[in-house]
Amino acid sequence: MKPIDLTINTDLARRILTGFIRSEITRMGFSRAVIGLSGGIDSAVSCFLAAEALGGQNVLAVRMPYRTSSPDSLEDAQKVIDATGVQSLTVEITRMVEPLFQRFPDMDNMRRGNIMARQRMIILYDQSAAFGGLVVGTGNKTEILLGYTTLYGDSACALNPIGDLYKTQLRQLAEALGVPESIRRKAPSADLWAGQTDEGELGYTYAEVDQLLYLLVDQRYTPQECIEAGFDASFVHKVVDRMRRNQFKRILPPIAKLSNRTIGYDFLYLRDWGT
Amino acid sequence: MRLMLGLAQINTVLGKPEANLEKHLALARQAAQDGADLLIFPELSLTGYVLQDLTAAVAHRPQADDPLFQPLLEASRKIDLLVGFVEEDTRNRFYIAAAYLSKGEVRHVHRKVYLPTYGLFDEGRFFAWGDAIQAFETRFGRAGILICEDFWHASPPYLLWLDGADLFLFTSASPGRGLNSAPILESARWVEHINRAYASLFTAFVAHTNRVGYEDGLNFWGGSTVFDPNGELIVQAPYFEEGVTLAELDLNQLHRTRARLPLLRDERTALVQRELNRILTSRTSGR
Repeated sequence: MKPIDLTINTDLARRILTGFIRSEITRMGFSRAVIGLSGGIDSAVSCFLAAEALGGQNVLAVRMPYRTSSPDSLEDAQKVIDATGVQSLTVEITRMVEPLFQRFPDMDNMRRGNIMARQRMIILYDQSAAFGGLVVGTGNKTEILLGYTTLYGDSACALNPIGDLYKTQLRQLAEALGVPESIRRKAPSADLWAGQTDEGELGYTYAEVDQLLYLLVDQRYTPQECIEAGFDASFVHKVVDRMRRNQFKRILPPIAKLSNRTIGYDFLYLRDWGT
Repeated sequence: MRLMLGLAQINTVLGKPEANLEKHLALARQAAQDGADLLIFPELSLTGYVLQDLTAAVAHRPQADDPLFQPLLEASRKIDLLVGFVEEDTRNRFYIAAAYLSKGEVRHVHRKVYLPTYGLFDEGRFFAWGDAIQAFETRFGRAGILICEDFWHASPPYLLWLDGADLFLFTSASPGRGLNSAPILESARWVEHINRAYASLFTAFVAHTNRVGYEDGLNFWGGSTVFDPNGELIVQAPYFEEGVTLAELDLNQLHRTRARLPLLRDERTALVQRELNRILTSRTSGR
């Protein structure tokens, strides 16, 4: 199979994305940002970009471990805090989520993971009000397309600087920004339970799926053309189906139209309206 | 003859013409002080770009009693201005338009002919299509205005050329896109290619002003340029940075280039007309 080049010019990406963060935060009347810092590469990149855009003292990184969270995650997050000079706060979620786990003892990992992701959202949005900053998102294009995210959980944010970068591209940007190597090298994980990895759960690697998504989405290949380009047919169908099933996570809930002018259909304004 | 041209590569407030007007007037004053003869603002410079349902609310008429145009016309006594705005015609159709103001008068208004309505663009939903491409006289010779998608089509610059334009004034609000390993965005590379190509093919000056800033997730990349009749870059404004860039145009370069390369002299317009008629009227047309 012909290799697909996902290389990006990281200087250009950095310039556009820091400008985006500055513009979209200041025109909303803010000068500060709040970021959930997991110790993984995505939130590290968002944190580096926000610190560069706004100044470290204007960014609050919040670490929100659960009792089973990997100790490496806390350590890696600390490296980002040290490297960027951002303000930081650690809020453990264990005692917040466990009463709900106990109320429904038959809860599976997915439900527990979603609750943890949403509890972290609650903390971030509370800190948003306390710190006077907007929540900067940490979801990349690969996970948004695959729907590998918790709705109203880790996907919740006021703006997302990295949502148009595939995981592979994010790794390039992370290196250019100086994200510590231990963060860039480790296997991506939501760290919702011990031993969980993204690639283990998804069933394929980011390197593979990023190339396929690039053809499907960016280059507008049909699934059949992807198969002809050398991708395994069942892999292609699995990814296409997953993308379609998760469209609901990428849009606002549809409003049933009754009037002549309905939010979402014919009431159209950018968020930057008037700014 | 020399023309000091200013490229006003600005950011705009979305849907607040009065705020953008202040910036226009301040930059016009400064550019006039700096010796500029003409200052070119980007597409929709008085309103911002992704207007959607704000379109009707920010529309104006380019005439002396309009609150937006009155001060601009006043400013044009000192320096010629090309400004971008939403025009509402007498029957309440809305256009993406650009007005050339000079010595207190509206010399020309161009209404955008090609409204991109695909991909990230949705102009055809909100705006009426302009229906004319005409060159006009300025203090510096005959000029022509095109707005963004207008010059992605080859025919509008060609028509302006035949209508006598030696100075092409292009304006954009071009969203940056196409990030790959190259040091500039694909959208920037393409626009620069075609601007250089028009300057070379029409042995004319091509000035392009693009805006900067963001609207929601869209970035505007700036990088405004002026190419001379040899297709040489005279000046390029920085990418992504707001500011006025001045370029001195030696208009006698038209004489020198066309003495060397008489493409305009040799253009066979009657043949073009004949072949266009044949192509457009033949039963097998639509190729």
